[in-house]
Amino acid sequence: MNLFILLVVVLAIIAIAQLTKVYDLSRTLRNSREEEVSAADNRVNANAWIVWMFVFFGSVIYLYAKYGDYLPESASEHGVAMDKLMSLNIWLITIVFFIVNYLLFTFANKYRFNPNRKAKFFAHDNRLEMLWTLVPGVTMAFIIVYGLITWNNITGPASADAMKIELYSKQFDWTARYPGENKVFGAVDYNLIGTTNALGMVTKEGVAQKLAELDHNIESTEKAIADGVAKGTMPDSYMESLEEQLYKLKRHKQRILDLKENELNGQSQWLAGADDKIVKGEFHIPVGQEVEFVFRSQDVIHSAYMPHFRAQMNTVPGVPTRFKMKPTITTAEMRKKLGNDKFDYVLLCNKVCGAAHFNMKMTVVVDTPEDFNAWLAEQKTFSGEGAKKEEAAPAPASDTTMVAQTKI
Amino acid sequence: MGAHTHDHGHHEESFISKYIFSHDHKMISKQFLITAIFMGIVAVMLSIFFRLQLGWPGEKFAILNAFLGDKWAPDGILDKNAYLAMVTIHGTIMVFFVLTGGLSGTFANLLIPLQIGARDMASGFMNMLSYWFFLVSSLIMLASLFVEGGAASGGWTIYPPLSALPQAMPGSGTGMTLWLISMVLFVASSLLGGLNYIVTIINLRTKGMKMTRLPLTVWALLVTAILGVLSFPVLVSAVVLLIMDRTMGTAFYLSDIFIQGEALDVTGGSPILFQHLFWFLGHPEVYIVLLPALGISSEVIATNSRKPIFGYKAMIGSILAIGFLSFIVWGHHMYVTGMNPFIGSVFVFTTLLIAIPSAVKAFNYITTLWQGNIKFTPAMMFSVGLVSTFVTGGLTGIILADSALDVNVHDTYFVVAHFHIVMGMSAIFGMLAGVYHWFPKMYGRMLNSKLGYAHFWLTMVCGFGVFFPMHFVGIAGAPRRYYDYSEFDYLDHVMDLNPMISTFAIIGGAAQLLFIFNFFHSIWYGQKATQNPWKSNTLEWTTPVQHVHGNWPGALPEVHRWAYDYSNPEHEEDFVPQIVPLKQGEHAH
Ligand code: HEM
Ligand SMILES: [Cu+2]
Ligand SMILES: [Cu+2]
Repeated sequence: MNLFILLVVVLAIIAIAQLTKVYDLSRTLRNSREEEVSAADNRVNANAWIVWMFVFFGSVIYLYAKYGDYLPESASEHGVAMDKLMSLNIWLITIVFFIVNYLLFTFANKYRFNPNRKAKFFAHDNRLEMLWTLVPGVTMAFIIVYGLITWNNITGPASADAMKIELYSKQFDWTARYPGENKVFGAVDYNLIGTTNALGMVTKEGVAQKLAELDHNIESTEKAIADGVAKGTMPDSYMESLEEQLYKLKRHKQRILDLKENELNGQSQWLAGADDKIVKGEFHIPVGQEVEFVFRSQDVIHSAYMPHFRAQMNTVPGVPTRFKMKPTITTAEMRKKLGNDKFDYVLLCNKVCGAAHFNMKMTVVVDTPEDFNAWLAEQKTFSGEGAKKEEAAPAPASDTTMVAQTKI
Repeated sequence: MGAHTHDHGHHEESFISKYIFSHDHKMISKQFLITAIFMGIVAVMLSIFFRLQLGWPGEKFAILNAFLGDKWAPDGILDKNAYLAMVTIHGTIMVFFVLTGGLSGTFANLLIPLQIGARDMASGFMNMLSYWFFLVSSLIMLASLFVEGGAASGGWTIYPPLSALPQAMPGSGTGMTLWLISMVLFVASSLLGGLNYIVTIINLRTKGMKMTRLPLTVWALLVTAILGVLSFPVLVSAVVLLIMDRTMGTAFYLSDIFIQGEALDVTGGSPILFQHLFWFLGHPEVYIVLLPALGISSEVIATNSRKPIFGYKAMIGSILAIGFLSFIVWGHHMYVTGMNPFIGSVFVFTTLLIAIPSAVKAFNYITTLWQGNIKFTPAMMFSVGLVSTFVTGGLTGIILADSALDVNVHDTYFVVAHFHIVMGMSAIFGMLAGVYHWFPKMYGRMLNSKLGYAHFWLTMVCGFGVFFPMHFVGIAGAPRRYYDYSEFDYLDHVMDLNPMISTFAIIGGAAQLLFIFNFFHSIWYGQKATQNPWKSNTLEWTTPVQHVHGNWPGALPEVHRWAYDYSNPEHEEDFVPQIVPLKQGEHAH
């Protein structure tokens, strides 16, 4: 196979070389110069612009016809407005595309070289130039104003009764969290993340448990250092890595000691998480209800992209981000509309985040309010079944980064 | 400088000082061009490798295994990490090495002294250093493809934390370190070159060469150099902070990160800060890539239409406007980072303003063709092609600039389609137009025009064949930098475009062999060039075909008119070189 390709390439090069030789020879015989574009060449190329124009325009129209209907209708309220703005813009740029390319290719064709003619000496014309400054200017003003009105609606503050859902990303999966009965998310901190606490929920017991674990590790590291010193034969690099480990553990402990127990709505946020519900694999939202997503990320930047809802927002470690939307079509309705009973809305990752970036997804289910409530009621709370149980939630295959919290 | 007279040919230069450590701008220009061609071949090959995977996912290609070995393409199937590395290095090489270093390096060096009537660059030594930094940086970037763990893989934009944490992906280890070192050297090269270009244009214009008589190529190269000098240092700052985050335990870009079982000791940094710094360079960078191509095509279109470029002053004005605006639009890459929506609105406004000078340029090109007397040299074909790609790609930018629409197409194949057409194709077309047009000046021989036409048409058809359908893949919601799309049913109906796109990519890539062959063949065997083959007005065509140190054997030429007196009714010939004095009572432009 490789040999074959190589052979083809070599033969092609030889063929070109031979043809070039013949061509050069005939050129010398005819005494013609390379820079003097022959009448035949000029004609062929001038006509080729028109042929190309038809091929190009034809293919573009074909692509619009076959693929222009790109996504199913928007399943969110703001998406409908966005689609309207989009189709307006597409119409506009498509028309300009055809006009300008048409002018370009036909002028190229029409004003081909003719030795009996001299080009028109036309260096500038203020009125023309004013025209094509002002027309794009006015068009842009319109697009800007219309676009920004839509943008303000999309990004404006969520209404007071919006349902909050947290979407949490890590290499390479998503987790959703609902605030539960009290409508308040429990506090989270990355220092508490561990095998049994994937989101780093902060609770009194969790903090105590983590501190105990760290103390234990600090103790054994100190012991290892003392042993090493006593022996006096351990390599420096080993001793240094132990020292560094100890330093890290102490810093980790200090960061946890620094955590403050805040109150929100008269309730400790360390307690507010008890009724939070954490789900993986798929999450549900009720139709017709505004949802405000709050995004967090554990490791690198990811991006929460839900194309059917025309929704996207990056998830940034250390910087919570938000996006609000109101779903308008349930999964069941959309399945019926599309005649595809396997259809599902998806949440996918749209910021390169590592090798498995391309299949970091979660299913989104839009339910009727009744179905939604029934589904939510079935989900376990964070405390109810205990922090241990939460681990039993369907863990995705890629959940391999969750190795032991501290290794020595 | 007056000492530079006829005895040039006599004193023998050693091979090394003539070809290797040359201070002569014409030789340095050729060095840049050949290095860029080589880098371009690598980048195209990389794109074909990953297009094979995208076109026929899971299919086995012996050729992949042959080139990449068992580690990166076991059984002929591209590895997932290797895929991302190829995409990243492809983008990096194309943007920085081919279209920044290569394009500006070649044509700023060749054309600035020749078109303004100078003996050489202000500093030949700095110019030589600029090339050597470029070469070393290219070699380091290539070397990074061979290290353990693979080359940088986080995309050419290397956003942290992904790029900052070696444990986040294999490519963020040694590969990323080399990427960063290479970039610092690259910026050094770019600054040495850019400062030199600016100083040369401002100080060394020959008698009579007023700023308003400069060819548009020189104007474009001047503004490009200014953009580079103002924006590249910001990239260095961003890169230095990233290097510190990687090696010294700082946390400029890092906060609250838990990765590979460890809660990192980082708080208070911001990954978004990097993006602000990166795009403060990154957006001007796309104009650094584009403006020289627009300058070249202005020159080529006027010459071959045998007409003055329409709206010379407006062309200068729009280059300046684009240059200025390019510094205040960077946030359009960050609408969905959680940036304050009001700031997003400001960026929508500034970004869409750029459409105005861009439209002026496009219409001025078209008006230049109108009632022209057009000779379709291969350079002219590429220049007309450039106007088409510039318009076609520019229009989709209007959608991406509109934050409300960007929400749904950000980071999808729509973006890939947009920037390849408006920046990739346009700049490559400009660069090729430049090579076809100035090859006689560089090598004293002509390129074969028949091969040139074949090269143009194959490139034009395949270029649009690759990139136009990507718009539809993108608005169907296909994210970029994906190794495989088969997981997502909703994309099934556009995925049949992928084999076609990849086929065009392979044919288009192979078509470049015509050019490579033509280029190297003609250096030695091309028809000998005459002094002014295209009957052009600018000063470079008044120098002898055989290169001499100091460019003009005698005194420097004196300039009496602008560069665009084509088909001037007051003259018999359809061109009037800039050195021709005004006739009695002639009206000057
Ligand atoms: C041989 C012709 C080319 C082909 C087939 C090609 C194809 C591609 C494809 C498929 C991608 C991956 C997009 C993604 O997944 O995000 C890509 C990325 C890219 N290409 Fe090209 N390209 C070509 C030429 C160029 C040129 C001329 C430029 C110059 C501007 C360029 C610049 C880039 C950049 C900047 C990226 C982004 C890399 C990244 O995501 O980090 N390419 N190219
Ligand atoms: Cu991702
Ligand atoms: Cu930009």
